[in-house]
Amino acid sequence: MAEQTQHIVGEHPDLQPPASTVGAYGWIRENLISTPINTFFTILAIYLIYLLVPPVLDWLIFSAAWVGTDNTVCKNETGGPIAAACWPFVVAWFKPFMFGFYPDSELWRIKLTYWIFGLGVLALVIPAVPFKKWVAVFLLIPYPVICYYMYAGGSFGLVAVETPLWGGLFLTLVIAITGIVASLPIGILLALGRRSNMPVVKAVCIAFIELWRGVPLISVLFMSSVMFPLFMPEGVNFDKLIRALVGVTLFSSAYMAEVVRGGLQAIPKGQYEGAQALGLNFGKMMFFIVMPQALKLVIPGIVNTFIGLFKDTTLVGVIGLFDFLGMVQAGSSNKDWLGYLTTGFAFAALVYWVFCFGMSQYSQHLERKLHTGH
Amino acid sequence: MAVDSIPQDQPAPPKVALINDPRARALFFQVLVLGSILIFGGIIINNTMDNLASQGIASGFGFLNTTAGFAIGYSPFLEYSEENTYGYALLVGLLNTLLVAFIGVVFATVIGFIMGVARLSKNWLISTLALIYIEMMRNVPLLLQIFVWYFGVLRALPGPRQSVDLAGTIFVNNRGMFVPAPVFEAGFGLVTAAFIIAIVGIVVLAKWAKQRMELTGQPFPVFWTSLGLIIVLPLLAAAIMGFPMGWDYAELQGFNFQGGAELPPELVSLALALSTYTGAFIAEIVRAGIQSVSHGQTEAAYALGVKPGVTLRLVVIPQALRVIIPPLTSQYLNLTKNSSLAAAIAYPDIILVFAGTVLMQTGQAVEIIAIAMGFYLLVSLIISMFMNWYNKKMALVER
Repeated sequence: MAEQTQHIVGEHPDLQPPASTVGAYGWIRENLISTPINTFFTILAIYLIYLLVPPVLDWLIFSAAWVGTDNTVCKNETGGPIAAACWPFVVAWFKPFMFGFYPDSELWRIKLTYWIFGLGVLALVIPAVPFKKWVAVFLLIPYPVICYYMYAGGSFGLVAVETPLWGGLFLTLVIAITGIVASLPIGILLALGRRSNMPVVKAVCIAFIELWRGVPLISVLFMSSVMFPLFMPEGVNFDKLIRALVGVTLFSSAYMAEVVRGGLQAIPKGQYEGAQALGLNFGKMMFFIVMPQALKLVIPGIVNTFIGLFKDTTLVGVIGLFDFLGMVQAGSSNKDWLGYLTTGFAFAALVYWVFCFGMSQYSQHLERKLHTGH
Repeated sequence: MAVDSIPQDQPAPPKVALINDPRARALFFQVLVLGSILIFGGIIINNTMDNLASQGIASGFGFLNTTAGFAIGYSPFLEYSEENTYGYALLVGLLNTLLVAFIGVVFATVIGFIMGVARLSKNWLISTLALIYIEMMRNVPLLLQIFVWYFGVLRALPGPRQSVDLAGTIFVNNRGMFVPAPVFEAGFGLVTAAFIIAIVGIVVLAKWAKQRMELTGQPFPVFWTSLGLIIVLPLLAAAIMGFPMGWDYAELQGFNFQGGAELPPELVSLALALSTYTGAFIAEIVRAGIQSVSHGQTEAAYALGVKPGVTLRLVVIPQALRVIIPPLTSQYLNLTKNSSLAAAIAYPDIILVFAGTVLMQTGQAVEIIAIAMGFYLLVSLIISMFMNWYNKKMALVER
């Protein structure tokens, strides 16, 4: 206060902001203790973290058994299972968790298709890669056919591998991806039918869509496993996996139809009228004008449907297929590894979480990228 | 003038070839679709008949009146024994499904609203915790969560003798959860009657208050009077009858608990998993709903001198609800459908009892799956009818 410098108006040097609004202290003050209620909630949250995090971390990491090839490291003094995670269980069962009981000598077939898929997806995701359209067409049409011949074998000099040997995360991916790829064309047809002016077509499509959307997947799977054999002529017998795939496809095509319908509704009427004014017929209008725009809009919706389907594939365990979760359960009912079910669940939860969270982040990123208006 | 210039003797438009006539095409396509469905359906029905006949399986719904001959582990509402019919077993399974769906809906709503508001909290820790909760729950399959609750938590609890004791009235152990059950003595009817009268009174009061508000602008404290009515009237009735109500506490006798109400571990883990899973989805819906009400609405209300509480009640919440309710009902529907995962942990819901046990015993797949699916379709129909009604009521009335 001793010396007060005079400044000309408008030439006062910028003052530092008050210390209490910047830096770590300012951030804490603003976000954690701004009011008494806020402080109370902060303390509550810290208490909750204190209650939950240390025991979970202890169970998962610090008390857990990490190295070893058999169950001896996972036993306490009395010979029972330790009260923490037993990671050697996951290591020992890693191959069944990933591929089921697919023969070791044939695993390269699965891995090769994974690599092709990975490269294809990479090409789609990285913006700079050209020929995106062709990569997408390859992944949607020839690739599943290639996969079928690679997995099932029995032709082109490959050893046949029966579907009961398929399992683990591999089976989960087969069901989820087949479900989504096969349901896309059916869904598009249903969506077009639902918007059609022809009353019979419209009614049939609405009935079909609402029927599958109204019932739980588990009842569809039961239906496909007990009713499909009855529908077939005597003597024709379906593989259990095919039955599940048909059920999953019917179910997801109804959801896909609603997603595509959302995209069709978002296309302004002018696009349809413009196409018609150019003299395009219905097929050309849809194929060249409407669908490319509508499908681009619904990519995030398709990804979300895929996430839902990916999580729902766990239900095929109910009709006796050994998907990833089913394999985890099977592994922990093995006599050497009894009592480590929770470890298996923790591992399964982590894998599912990484897949689903990754895809949902990607779909949100797409939504932001594709959101071009307003 | 354009009309005048059209010559009166305009020739009829050139005849379109039948193949290019839109009406003929539409007719053709529809006949084609209908025909192929009929043929396809006919083949399926024919095959099914043949297969059923060759396997010696009866058809029709007569089996509903036959004796079931199997036990159901949990039937809280109906007395069920092995001598009852399949139809009765269906009813038991149906009620069990509705029970777990109801519990799930209530808790999921509570969790969802708390988490949705917490997600918007200005407190960084609270909103981050809510975010972690939501992302963890949404991205792990529900069946896995049910398994974790069932095998990892409830089955891993100590036995009845070492149960976890909550305030001496609720006991949790590996046989399930034991809670006090209310006991209604003679004369409780009057209390129920008083309760119903109170509800009717509140409805009438609310209508009258709204009318008066519109006529005179005088508000009436409906909330506090209703609260008073709904508490005082039944309490008064209970006092007159000498409090005809008590609690039946669960007590440890021998190796298990007796008395009280028993919630089996299957029900508890299913309800927990369903409500925490759906709660995460509801939280996102609630967050989006609250965020959808623009800040200008609140500011405008304040500028008009409306108090913050009233602003929240009359300006923000009605607009947020308009966004929240439709996806919320579809989450309720999802929860009801997801309750069918009960079959995986042997909770006797409609799928396990009917599509599982009864199907195995009778082999009448078509009828049984049709009944099970019909039930879920009926529920979704009712919920979507409610949604349409609500949407109409809440839709913006544009003048």
